[in-house]
Amino acid sequence: MILSRTLLKRHSVLPGFDLALGFALLYISLIVLVPLSAAFLKTFTMTWASFWDAVSSPRVVASYRLTFGASFAAAALNAVFGLAVAWVLVRYEFPFKRLIDALVDLPFALPTAVAGIALTAIYAENGWIGQFLPFKVSFTPLGVFVALVFIGVPFVVRTVQPVLEDVNRELEEAAATLGASRWQTFTKVILPIVLPALLTGFALAFARALGEYGSVIFIAGNMPMVSEITPLLIITKLEQYDYAGATAIAVVMLVTSFALLLLINSLQTWARKRQGGV
Amino acid sequence: MNTLVLSTHDRPAGGDLPAARRSATTESPWVRRLLIGAALAFLTLFLFVPLVTVFFEAFKKGWGVYWAAITEPDARSAIALTLIAAGISVPANLIFGVSAAWAIAKFDFRGKNVLLTLIDLPFSVSPVIAGLIYVLVFGLQGWFGSWFIDNDMKIIFAVPGIVLATIFVTFPFVARELIPLMQAQGQEQEEAARVLGASGWQMFWRVTLPNVKWALLYGVILCNARAMGEFGAVSVVSGHIRGQTNTMPLHIEIVYNEYQFAAAFAVASLLAFLALVTLGLKYVIEQRVKGQKRAVGDRSE
Repeated sequence: MILSRTLLKRHSVLPGFDLALGFALLYISLIVLVPLSAAFLKTFTMTWASFWDAVSSPRVVASYRLTFGASFAAAALNAVFGLAVAWVLVRYEFPFKRLIDALVDLPFALPTAVAGIALTAIYAENGWIGQFLPFKVSFTPLGVFVALVFIGVPFVVRTVQPVLEDVNRELEEAAATLGASRWQTFTKVILPIVLPALLTGFALAFARALGEYGSVIFIAGNMPMVSEITPLLIITKLEQYDYAGATAIAVVMLVTSFALLLLINSLQTWARKRQGGV
Repeated sequence: MNTLVLSTHDRPAGGDLPAARRSATTESPWVRRLLIGAALAFLTLFLFVPLVTVFFEAFKKGWGVYWAAITEPDARSAIALTLIAAGISVPANLIFGVSAAWAIAKFDFRGKNVLLTLIDLPFSVSPVIAGLIYVLVFGLQGWFGSWFIDNDMKIIFAVPGIVLATIFVTFPFVARELIPLMQAQGQEQEEAARVLGASGWQMFWRVTLPNVKWALLYGVILCNARAMGEFGAVSVVSGHIRGQTNTMPLHIEIVYNEYQFAAAFAVASLLAFLALVTLGLKYVIEQRVKGQKRAVGDRSE
């Protein structure tokens, strides 16, 4: 009763508002908000100096560099090839198209540990693909990159695909009539329309890659200062019972992800406006 | 329902355009071939080869080894624990998803956008951190740790912790499938049911639920796939006690690290098979949901 009287903007004849919202709020508080706030409150028990030491020791900084660098590179590769995959799936016909379209979501459905051991086997020195490569992939930072490309594939494809489907063909016809080459039409007409979606997909893939653990740890080799990702470092600290140190790094990652979430939300608003305007 | 299925074949296809228009608004054949080739090479390298590898490595040493790997006691207990964790977390998130969607989609209230953002929050939290926060709350040195010890209950390094971590990482799936659909459907049908004298639950079971059943199933399937495959979050809270607190992904890790590759891939192949089933169901349901959304759009126009 209290909920409906204080929160509802206008009266509704439908029942169940108090029950539904009350349960949702209770559940979200118990499962998400209380545990998440525990991470932040834990860091408040640390002094500023010890917090700073924990989040800026050389080994931790090396892990940031690897995690952010590999995530960025993987998201960038996915942006390029994701756009190509979305384009091909929307515009062209070829054998097994529907099957391939459905399989694009594989990284969402395949458990990360399964992906991790499969990628490690393939890109090992005697693996199906690894044996043809002149350089090592598994157990190097390059392996981290490969795993992060795998988990990021669906994000760009699935955000760009619906926008490409909605591109008004008359715009392209108009551009062609006015003498634009196909490449000019693509860069000056189509690309600006899909750009917000492309950036959103890139940001989603990047955000997902930052926190990824399961697929990476098998292929990375996990050498301190070289191929150790930040989430693994959190686990290492936990195993040494350094709860405060683990939490301090976790808070840095959480703040980064929340900032990215805000960025992604504003990108999506921009995308909606852009789509609505066309 | 038949008309809904039919209306899904509406993607523009370059090949169907009349020849006269083709030259101006599509690419030359070799550009096409190049693009298709590049896209397929990329997907093959990063998606298809890993998928095939799982099954190839699993059966490399023959059926006997495969069967032994998935029926040994530790594997069986890992499979059981995975089913328990998914069996609790999926219904819990289903109930949450339905009630959150009911409040958000059918009522206009203050703070709605904040709630929407909060629902998506677990997706942007690293699985490892999802596990860590439960250790901070329920672990030995955690907020409620000593209380649970005093009452002889174990959360962390035990099954309840695994279930909680799984609930956290699969939290948004059902809600975020239901909310947009129910918002698009509006309140009119439910209001009509109420005017005609239906009770609240009658309205829910006979009007609301049938209207969203495909989206609901879609959310449940995605939720289940993630629940069964979760690795990072569960790894932090599990404690890796063989035969007791290992789920299937954790069992795979342990066996793999013991260099029993065929056994690791055998258990992995079960999860990969689950992933393929998930994708198949997802595809079928997606077509239905698309059709339903379009039907809603037509009605409102």
